[in-house]
Amino acid sequence: MSAGLMIYNVLCLAVPFSVALLLAALGENFNQRAGVFNLGCDGIMCMGAFLGFMVPFSLKATPWAAYGNLLGIGAALAVGAAMGVVFALVTVTFRASQGIAGIGLQMLGWGLAGTLFRHFVGGVTGVEGMAALAIPGLSKIPFLGGVLFNHNALTYTALLLVPACWFLLYKTPWGLKVRAVGTHPRAADTMGIHVDRIRYQALMLGGAMAGLAGAYLSLCQAKMFSDDLVAGRGFIAVALVYFGRWSPLGILGGALLFSIAQSFQLSMQVWGIKFPYEFAVMLPYVLVIVVLALARKARQLGPTDLGKPYNREMRF
Amino acid sequence: MTPSLEPISELKLEGITKRFPGVLACDGISLQVRRGEVLALVGENGAGKTTLMNIIMGLYRPDSGSIHVNGEEVHFHSPGDAYARGIGMVHQHFMLVPNMTVAENLALGLKELHHFMNLDIKGAAKRIREVSERYELPVNPDAYIWQLSVGEQQRVELVKTLCLGARLLILDEPTSALTPQETDDLIVRLQRMASELAIIFISHKLNEVKALSDRVSILRHGAVVFNGQTANHEPSELAALMTGHDVVLPRNEGSGIQGEALLSVQNLCVRGDRGNLVLDGLSLELRAGEVLGMAGVSGNGQREFADALAGLRPVESGQILFGGKDLANRTPREIIHAGMGYVPEDRQTEGIVPSFSVKDNLILKDFAEPRFSKMAFLRKKEIDSNAEVLKERFDIRCPSTSTATGSLSGGNIQKVILAREISRGPKALVAVYPTRGIDMGAQEFIHEQLLARRREGIGILLISEELEEVMNLSDRIAVIYKGKILKVLPAVEATRERLGILMAGLADPDSPGDEQAEVPAGVVHE
Repeated sequence: MSAGLMIYNVLCLAVPFSVALLLAALGENFNQRAGVFNLGCDGIMCMGAFLGFMVPFSLKATPWAAYGNLLGIGAALAVGAAMGVVFALVTVTFRASQGIAGIGLQMLGWGLAGTLFRHFVGGVTGVEGMAALAIPGLSKIPFLGGVLFNHNALTYTALLLVPACWFLLYKTPWGLKVRAVGTHPRAADTMGIHVDRIRYQALMLGGAMAGLAGAYLSLCQAKMFSDDLVAGRGFIAVALVYFGRWSPLGILGGALLFSIAQSFQLSMQVWGIKFPYEFAVMLPYVLVIVVLALARKARQLGPTDLGKPYNREMRF
Repeated sequence: MTPSLEPISELKLEGITKRFPGVLACDGISLQVRRGEVLALVGENGAGKTTLMNIIMGLYRPDSGSIHVNGEEVHFHSPGDAYARGIGMVHQHFMLVPNMTVAENLALGLKELHHFMNLDIKGAAKRIREVSERYELPVNPDAYIWQLSVGEQQRVELVKTLCLGARLLILDEPTSALTPQETDDLIVRLQRMASELAIIFISHKLNEVKALSDRVSILRHGAVVFNGQTANHEPSELAALMTGHDVVLPRNEGSGIQGEALLSVQNLCVRGDRGNLVLDGLSLELRAGEVLGMAGVSGNGQREFADALAGLRPVESGQILFGGKDLANRTPREIIHAGMGYVPEDRQTEGIVPSFSVKDNLILKDFAEPRFSKMAFLRKKEIDSNAEVLKERFDIRCPSTSTATGSLSGGNIQKVILAREISRGPKALVAVYPTRGIDMGAQEFIHEQLLARRREGIGILLISEELEEVMNLSDRIAVIYKGKILKVLPAVEATRERLGILMAGLADPDSPGDEQAEVPAGVVHE
C-alpha cells in the first residue's frame, strides 16, 4: 500500500471519528465559557446514544419508521437539554461543587442508559442508522472528496457548527453575555445581566449538543447501542475544550488530532504492523495528556471564573 | 437599559438596615444627595459604606428602610433598575471583563444594541466616543481591558457608567489603586463633572474628601455618626469622628543609632508571572536599626522583590547577602532560619492558614522546634500558653485562641502575623503593605510595633504604596520604579510631591547634582 493511500485511509476514518467529540466539546465550550464545567457530559452522551438508538428501534414496524432517525435525534437533543437543566439546578441554583455534581451526572446517565437498555431491549441488536450522504460534485474531488464530502448529514452539521458556534460566541449579544458571566459574573450582574439565567441557557445548549453527540455514536458510527459505546468520550470532550483554549477552531483542531491518532492506531492493526495493540489503543489518550501537560497555561482569554458558583450576596 | 425619563435630581435614603450573618452592616442609615453636589461618605473598613452602596444599586436587598428618587419611593431588584433611574456606580474592584474590549464591556449593559443574532458593537463604540469627548475622559473603545493601566480602567469605568445613563455617580474608593498624579487628575475631572451630576464619593483618605466634597457623612459600625459641610471641618476632626477616638499615628523620631549593613541586595534580577524581567538589576542596602521605606506604585516589582527575599520566587541573577550568606534561591526554611521575618502582601493566603486556629497560626514557622514539639508530637500546653502570651502582648482581639484565624478582621489577622514574626526574634523584617485595608486603630498599633522593633535594632524593610505611612515610619526612603531603585533619599528630605514625581518615573526635581547621594543611615529627625 502506498503512503498516500495510507494517509487517505487514516483521514477518511478520522473525520467521522471526530464528530462525536466535536459536537460534545463545542457544547461543553458553552458551558465552560459561562463558567460551569460539566463533567457529566459523558453521562449525557450515554443517554443521547440510548435514545438515539431506542426511538428508531421501537418505531421499526410502525408507519413512523421513516422518521425514526430524526425522532431519535430529537429525543437525544431533548434529553441532553433536560440533563443540562438538572445539572444547572444542582450547580447554579444550589451551588453544589461542579466536579462532584458532574461525576454524579456521569454515573446517572451511564447507569440509567444501560439499565433502560437491558430492560427494554436486552441483547445486542442493530439499527439501520443513518446512511452516508455523498455531496454531489464535491464528493468527486480527488482525495478531499472522500475525506470530507462522503459522510452522513450529522458529520456535515458538526463541521458547520464550528463557524456557527464561533459566530454565536463572538458576534451575538447572547455570546457576549456567556463570555462575561464566565469571566467576571459580578461585572455582568452590575450591568443588568441575569448570571444564573445565562448559565442555565448555556448548560441547556451544551447538554443538547452532548445528547446529539451520543445519538451520532449510536445512529451513525456504531448503528447499535451498548453500555460502553460512549467509552469516556465525554471526558475527552471536556479535555478538548481546555486543549482548544475555549475557541471553536481550537476545539476542531483538538478533535481532529485525537481522531487521527485513533484512526491511525486502528489502521496499524489492520495493516498488521507488529506492535502490541494495547499500546496502540493508548496512543490517542497519551497524546491528549502530553499536549495538555505541555500546553501554555496562560488563561488571559479564557473564562477565569470557571468552576466557581456565583453568589451575589457573597461579600468579597 | 432605558435612560431615565426625568433626570435624577435627588436621592434620599431613609432608615436603611442590613444584616449579614453575625454582622449588622447598616443600622438605620439616612442620607441625601442632590444634583450639583458631591457627598463624601467616610468610614473605616467594615463601617458599611460598600454594603450601603450595593443596596442603592439593587445588588443587596435592605432588611428595612426605603430609597427615594426625586421624592418617589423606588425598589431596585438589580443594578439595571438603578441605572434606569440614572444611578450608576464605579466599584472599588473594577467591574470590567478583562478578556473583552471596552466597547464589548459597554455593550453588555446597553440592551438597545442587542438585536437578534447581531450585536451592534459599532454603536457601543460611538457612544463611548461621544461621552468621552463630552466629559474629557479619553478612552479607546477597541482596547482590551487587560491591556489597560489601572488609571485607564478607572476612566473606562467612568465612561461606561455615564454611557449607561447614570447622572448620579457612586464612586467607591476610586483612588485606592491610583498613583498620586492619577489621583490629582481624577479629582480635577470629578470637580469639573460635579456641576451637572450628583456624586457620592466614598473614601477614607481625608485630604481627598477635603479637596472634592461639599458635604461629608461619616459612618461608624454601620450607623451615620456625623453629617456636615466639608469646608467647616478639619481632617483631624473627621479622623477622630471616623474612628471614635483621637488618632495619632506614631512617627519615626530617629534615635540616631548607626547600624551596620544587615541585608545587601545586589543587581537582583527576577522574572514575573508572565516570564518578563520584573526586577532588573535592583540594588539596595538595609541596615540594622532602621526602617527603610520602599515607595512605589504597585506593580513596579515590589511583589516579586518580596517573593525573592522570602524564597518564594527564583532569582535569575544577583545576590541577597544577609549576615554574610547569599540567600538568593535558598528555600524559605533556610531563609527563615537565617533570621528573616516576613509579613506578606496577601495576608489571607500567604500570611496564615485561614482555617487554622489562632494558636496554630502562631507556631506555623516553629512547630518543629523543641519548644513546641517533642518526639514528633505537638506540645499542646506550650502552644496554648504561647498563644495566650502573644494574644495579650499584641492585642489580638479574638473570642479565643482556638478561633479560626480566617474569621477575624483584617487588622487582627495582621496582628497574628506580626506576633508570629516578631516573637521569633528576627534580625530583619520585611513588611509588605502591612496596613493595607486595615482600620486606623489597628494601623496605629502596627506602626508602634514596627517602630519599637526598630529601636531594638531590627532592620525593617517597609514596602508600601501609602506615602503617609512610608514618610512617617522610615529613616530612609527608596523609590522603586520598573524593577529598579530610582533613588534612595533620607525621609526628612521627602515630600509627597517629590516622592510622587519619583514614583511616576520622572527625574527628581530636587536632586542636588550627583545622582545617588549617599545618605547616612539613621539620620536624626528633628
